[in-house]
Amino acid sequence: MIGSHKHCLGLADYSRQEILEVLDLAVSMKEVLKRPIKKVPSLRGKSVVNLFFEASTRTRSSFEVAAKVLSADALNWTAAASSVSKGETLIDTVKNLEAMRPDLIVIRHSAAGAPALVASRVRCAVISAGDGAHEHPSQGLLDCFTLREKLGALEGKTVTIVGDITHSRVARSDLYGLRRLGARTRVCGPPTMIPPGIEALGATVHHDLREAVAGADAVIMLRIQHERIGEPLIPGTREYSRLWGLNGRKAAEWLTPACLIMHPGPINRGVELEPDVADGPRSVILDQVENGVAVRMALLYLLAGGPEAAGEAKA
Amino acid sequence: MNAVDIDRAMTRLAGEVAERARGEDSASRLAIVGIRRGGVHLASRLRARLARLLGHEPALGTVDIALYRDDLDEKGAAPVVGPTDVRFPVDGTTILLVDDVLYTGRTVRAALDELVDFGRPRRVWLLVLVDRGGRELPIAADFVGTRLSVEPQDDVQVRLTEGGAPQDAVIVTRRAP
Repeated sequence: MIGSHKHCLGLADYSRQEILEVLDLAVSMKEVLKRPIKKVPSLRGKSVVNLFFEASTRTRSSFEVAAKVLSADALNWTAAASSVSKGETLIDTVKNLEAMRPDLIVIRHSAAGAPALVASRVRCAVISAGDGAHEHPSQGLLDCFTLREKLGALEGKTVTIVGDITHSRVARSDLYGLRRLGARTRVCGPPTMIPPGIEALGATVHHDLREAVAGADAVIMLRIQHERIGEPLIPGTREYSRLWGLNGRKAAEWLTPACLIMHPGPINRGVELEPDVADGPRSVILDQVENGVAVRMALLYLLAGGPEAAGEAKA
Repeated sequence: MNAVDIDRAMTRLAGEVAERARGEDSASRLAIVGIRRGGVHLASRLRARLARLLGHEPALGTVDIALYRDDLDEKGAAPVVGPTDVRFPVDGTTILLVDDVLYTGRTVRAALDELVDFGRPRRVWLLVLVDRGGRELPIAADFVGTRLSVEPQDDVQVRLTEGGAPQDAVIVTRRAP
C-alpha cells in the first residue's frame, strides 16, 4: 500500500505525502544498489510479472533488476511472443497469468487505461509501466527523485518540459508529480504538440524554446512519439530540431549554468538533443536510469509487501 | 533505569568491550554498528567512550533491518525503511553490534544477515542495554547492561538522546490486557 493506494496506475491521484513516501524509501533503496552484494531478502518468495505489450528496454529491465535486487522472482512476458498474436484478449491473458499467482503485475500497454482495467479484474497489485498517452508513473517518480537529489527540495524550482506534450505520458506524470512537490512547470513545443487545457495541470505554455528555458533549473527533453502520431504534426524533423531541439550552443547561451538536462529515453540524437548536450556535463540522463531502479524497488516493496490488501482499498 | 544508571552501565560496558578487544588483539580493527533506531544513539555514545579507552576512534555504522525482516506478510503496511550506512570495509573487522533491547532475537538475526552482505567480519559481538528475555531464536548477547525479567505483555522502552540527558530512562509499562 502507498497511502490509500493498492496500485500505482498514475500520479494524478497521488498526494504529496504519498509521492514523498516513495521518494524517501527510494533513497534507502539506492543505498542497497551501491553495496558490494546488491541483494536484500525482503521480497523473497514474491513474484512479479512484467507484462509488456509495447517495446521497452529501460523500463522493463529496470523493473526486472528492481525485483531481483529485492529477491522477488520476475517473469517477463512480451506480447510478440505470446498468445495475443493468436487473438487472446487482454483480460483473458491477465486472468491466465493471475492463475499463476503473481503478487504484482507490471503492465505497459498502448491503450490508455489498460492498467486500470487490469487492476479492476485481478486480486494482486498492479503498477502501470506506461499506458498510451495517459501516464508513466514510475518515470514521473524517478524524474522527481532525480530532481530532488540534484536540486534539493523542489518548492519554487522551475522545470521546463520540451517536445511532444500531447502524446507524452511522461510529461503528464511529470507534471502531476512536480506540481505536488511545489515546482513551477512550463511546457514548450510546436502548437500542434501542446494539448488544449494543459494549463489545468499547472504548467505555463510556451512555443519559443529560448523563452521557455530562461531561468529554468532543469529541462526535460522529450522524444517525438512517432508511433502514437497518426498524421504529421510538424513539417519535418530538421525544422523541429532547429526550433525545439537543444545543442551545445543554445544550451550555453540560453540556460543558466546550473540547469540540468533530462530525457526519459530513448533519445533521438540529432532531433531533440545533440550529442554535445546529451553527453555533456549538464546531462543527468544516466542518473535517471540508475535512480529508476531505486524508485521501482520502492514501488515493488510498498505494493508487493504486506497481507493481501483489503477489498475497500482504492486504486 | 534512570539517566545515571544508564550512564554507569555504558561506562562499564565500554570497559568490558575494550578489555576483551585488547585481550583478543582486535582493538585496532574494532567497528561499532548500531541497529536502527534504538541502537544508533547507544552506538555513538559507546564510540566516544571506547575512543578514550582505546586511544583511537573505532569506525561507526548503522544498519536498518526493515529489508531483512521475516514478517513482511504479517505487518499491516510495509515497515518504514531507514538508512543503512556501513562505509568501512567489513572484511576482517571485529564488529560490535549494538541495540537497546534484546527480546525475541529476530532483529539481531536480521542485522547479522544484513551485516554479512557487506563482507565477512572476523567476529561479531552483540551489546545490548537491556536483555528482557523471551528469545525465539538461539541468540545471546556478549555484553549486557541490565537483565529484566518481564512478562510478554510488558513494553520495555528505552529513551535516549544523542549526547545523553537527564531524561534518559528505561521504562517498563504493562499493556492493558
